[in-house]
Amino acid sequence: MPNFWSDPFGFIIQGFNNLLLSWGWPASTVQVVGDALGAFVLVAGSLFFCLLLIWAERKIGGRVQDRLGPNRVGPFGLFQAVADMLKIFTKEFVTPTGVDKVVYNLAPILSVAAVIMLWAVIPFTITFYGNDLNVGVLYLVAVGGLAEMGIVMAGWGSNNKFALLGAFRAVAQLVSYEVPMVISLLLPVMLSGSMKLNEIVRSQDVWFILSAPIAAIIFFISSIAENGRAPFDLMEAESEIVAGFNIEYSGLKFGFFFVGDFLHAFTIALLFSVLFLGGWRGPGADQIPLLGFVYLMLKTTIMYFVGLLVRFSLPRFRIDQMMNINWKMLTPLALGAVIATALIDKGVSRFLVTLTPVLYAIVRTAILLLANALVLWTGMDLMGNVLERRERRVVAIEPRPVARPEPLPVEPEQSEGEVP
Amino acid sequence: MLSDWLYIGIFMLLSLFLPAAAIVIAGILGPKKPSPIKNSTYECGIETVGETWVQFKAQYYVYALVFLVFDVETIFLYPWALAYNQLTFYMVAEAVLFILILLTGLIYAIRKGALEWQ
Repeated sequence: MPNFWSDPFGFIIQGFNNLLLSWGWPASTVQVVGDALGAFVLVAGSLFFCLLLIWAERKIGGRVQDRLGPNRVGPFGLFQAVADMLKIFTKEFVTPTGVDKVVYNLAPILSVAAVIMLWAVIPFTITFYGNDLNVGVLYLVAVGGLAEMGIVMAGWGSNNKFALLGAFRAVAQLVSYEVPMVISLLLPVMLSGSMKLNEIVRSQDVWFILSAPIAAIIFFISSIAENGRAPFDLMEAESEIVAGFNIEYSGLKFGFFFVGDFLHAFTIALLFSVLFLGGWRGPGADQIPLLGFVYLMLKTTIMYFVGLLVRFSLPRFRIDQMMNINWKMLTPLALGAVIATALIDKGVSRFLVTLTPVLYAIVRTAILLLANALVLWTGMDLMGNVLERRERRVVAIEPRPVARPEPLPVEPEQSEGEVP
Repeated sequence: MLSDWLYIGIFMLLSLFLPAAAIVIAGILGPKKPSPIKNSTYECGIETVGETWVQFKAQYYVYALVFLVFDVETIFLYPWALAYNQLTFYMVAEAVLFILILLTGLIYAIRKGALEWQ
């Protein structure tokens, strides 16, 4: 039985199971009930946690843009999100005529559910996780792909041309950025030799951001693109296609797209810290799991903040720039990083086995870091050449018709008598 | 093994059910006053013209094809990455050859201009 003060999550889970067993329930029933209750707590918890995220995003966004952000409802405007939620619950659903009812109504649910499903495998402490699937990383990729289905369904089902344009853009963007993300996820799997997320955390004696920095950066960029946030928010570009895929939604259905969006931003930070920043690991986290939770939240908050800064400070990419970044920069770089890491790690590690474990880890990390730097340098150089050799069509310089009041040509007056 | 997926199944059902329940509750709480004008398609105040559900531009299919190639390739690579620590240098070199062939394909597609957005 774990101690309450060092491991409250494990204490509650164990205590609950023991209580049910002492009532004489069969072990299988206890497991099902425990699973269902645990899942319910995680799902509902993540949904309510989103209220805090909305507040944080608006507050930080305000500060970045030299505003105050919400500051009236409650201390520091903390209850603003609660008030907004109460308001949005009582708003009318305006369903336009001619929508595809099933697809239209399923889309917001799916876009939230896809994000929450990611939480099922995240290890929060050494003892507190939903389930440590043995195909955890693949599960993340598969479920992460569902979110884009929600967006495409919303755009297609709305029977609106702006929404359809948003869906077209979403298809191109989300499908493309899945490729470098999946490739960059290969590296943590390679270095740890496991697809279980808890195993990946446990094997990070040296954080993977040091031994696989390219993969970390690519994962971060492509996750932002998967989320559809600011530099990559082409599918809901307000100034171009009004609101993109969510134009025809109202009330809570509209709100759920944003719940999914905010929650996804936090989940990206969570996944990044689990995969590349050592998750719950830190001094003393093996003995006191609660400390591990604090470490994880600290790392996650930092990454979340970086994501918010990126969102609020970068302008939107054009669609051809966005596709170029993906196919001509990130994908070849990710493949190059995989090749370099695989060859160099395998080639070098056989000469290092005589070293002590600590020295071995340091030397191996240094070599991998060097290899990554080399790949980044040559890759950027090569890709720069490829990009520059193509001439781009410059639209802005071509003379275009403008609405300018020009003096009308004076027609010679015709007298009526001259009609032939 | 099965119990792992039981948990995932319960989790998926709940994560679909809770948002759906919230939407149903909001639908009961909110007012319901539809009118033909309110329910018309919003396109900046101008009445919508013609069919909305048009065909996708053919260029998307090029991207879809390249995506398919690379996604399937990466799924092939996951078992290899999982067993990486037990592999010999020769096995690693073989997988690298596999990646290089696909990288060549990508560079070919780039040089051909297939991945140029128009």
